[in-house]
Amino acid sequence: MVYYISAILLILIGMYAVLTKKNIIKIVIGLSIIDSGINLLLIAIGYVKDATAPIFSDSSLKASGMVDPVPQALVLTAIVIGLGVTSVALALVIRLYDHHKTLNIDKIRKLKW
Amino acid sequence: MRKVLAVLLLAIVGYYMIDSFLKIPFGENRNTVGDYYLNTTVKETGSVNTVTSIVVNYRGFDTLGEVTVLFLATTGLAAILFENKKRKRRLQHASLIVRVGAHLIYPLIILLGAYVFIHGHLTPGGGFQGGAIIATGVLLMFMSYRSFEVSHKLLVYFESIAGIAFVTIGLSGLIWGTSFLENILPLGIPNSLFSAGVIPIIYIAVGVKVGAELTGLLDNLLKTIK
Amino acid sequence: MIISALTILVYVLAAILIIAALFAVKQKDLLMAVIGTSAISVVLSIFFYILQAPDVALTEAAIGVALSTIIFVITIKKTERYEE
Repeated sequence: MVYYISAILLILIGMYAVLTKKNIIKIVIGLSIIDSGINLLLIAIGYVKDATAPIFSDSSLKASGMVDPVPQALVLTAIVIGLGVTSVALALVIRLYDHHKTLNIDKIRKLKW
Repeated sequence: MRKVLAVLLLAIVGYYMIDSFLKIPFGENRNTVGDYYLNTTVKETGSVNTVTSIVVNYRGFDTLGEVTVLFLATTGLAAILFENKKRKRRLQHASLIVRVGAHLIYPLIILLGAYVFIHGHLTPGGGFQGGAIIATGVLLMFMSYRSFEVSHKLLVYFESIAGIAFVTIGLSGLIWGTSFLENILPLGIPNSLFSAGVIPIIYIAVGVKVGAELTGLLDNLLKTIK
Repeated sequence: MIISALTILVYVLAAILIIAALFAVKQKDLLMAVIGTSAISVVLSIFFYILQAPDVALTEAAIGVALSTIIFVITIKKTERYEE
C-alpha cells in the first residue's frame, strides 16, 4: 500500500515541476521524475504476496507461487524509451541556448514576437 | 498566483487518483494472462526466464520496434548537434589512482556485460542490461584518459551487422516456419547454455547493437565540449 | 500487529524517496538537482528488487544511475549552472 502512495506522490511532484518552473532544465528533470513514478506504479500492481521471481531455476518451483511477469516485460521497454526521450530533449536545450543565450522560457517566448 | 492554481489543480487530481487506487487490493493473485505464460514457457520455448521469453518470443515484434526507437534517438541527437569543424576532446588527464584503477577494471566490466547478455535466458539479464553495462565501461575509460579513442567506423559496422542479423533471423522464421520471428532451431534441455532455440542469438544481436549505439551517443556528446 | 524489519526498511526508503524528489525540484543549483534525480533512481532500483523483479532492477540501475546523469551533467557544462 505504501508503494501506491509514494508512486502517485512522485507523479504529482514531477507535474508540479513541469507546470511552475521557469528554467528549461528543471522542466526536463520533472519529465524524468514522472517516468520513474509511472514505472514504480506498474510494477507495484503486479505483486503477489509471499511469491517469488518468475524464473524456474529449480525444477521444483510451481507456477502458482510466482509474481505476474507481464508488467515486468512492459516496464523493461518503458525505461529504455524514457532514456531516449530525455537525451533528445537535452540536445534541443543545447541548441536553444546557442541561439538565444538564455534558459528562461519567458524570455524565449518574448523574443519571437 | 500561478503556483497557487497549480497546487490546487494537483491536489484535486491527486485526491481522486489515491482514492481510486486504494480500492485495488495490494498483493492479491490476479493472474489471468500471466498464468498462461508461466505454465507454457518451459514446454514451448525452452527458456527458464519467463520475462525473456515474453520479450523475445511471445511479443518479439515490440522489441524490434524498441530497437528502432533507440536507433532514431541516437541519430536525432547526432544530427541536432552537428558541427562542420573537427574537434578533439580537451579534458584533462585524471589523477594517478584513477588512471591505474580504470586500466585494471575496464576488461572486467566488458566481460561482465558480455556475460549478462549471453546468459539472458537462464539468469536475470538480457540484451538491454548488457549493452548499458558495456557503455558504462567505455565511459570510465573516456573520463580517465585524454587520448582514448574509439573509431567511428568500427561502431557503425557493429551496429549495422547486429541490426541486419535481427531482421534476418525473423525472415528465416518466415521462410522455414509459419510466422515472423518463430523459433525454428531445436529446443535443447532446459537450464543449460545451448537451449531455447533462437532466443540467445537474438539477445546477442540486441546486446551488441545497444552497446555500440550508447557508446556512439556518449562519444558524440563528449566531443562537443570546448 | 507484528512489525518486521522489512516493513521498517520499506518505510524508511519511501521517506528518502520523497525527500530526494522535493530536494531535486526546489534547489537553485542545477548540479544538486541532478544528484537528487540519480538518488531517486538508486532507491527505485532497491524497491524493484524487494517487489521480486530482478530484470527491471538491473535495467534501472544500469540506465538510470549511470547514463542519464552523465547526459544531464554535460548539458549543464555547456549552459549555465545556476537558475536565477
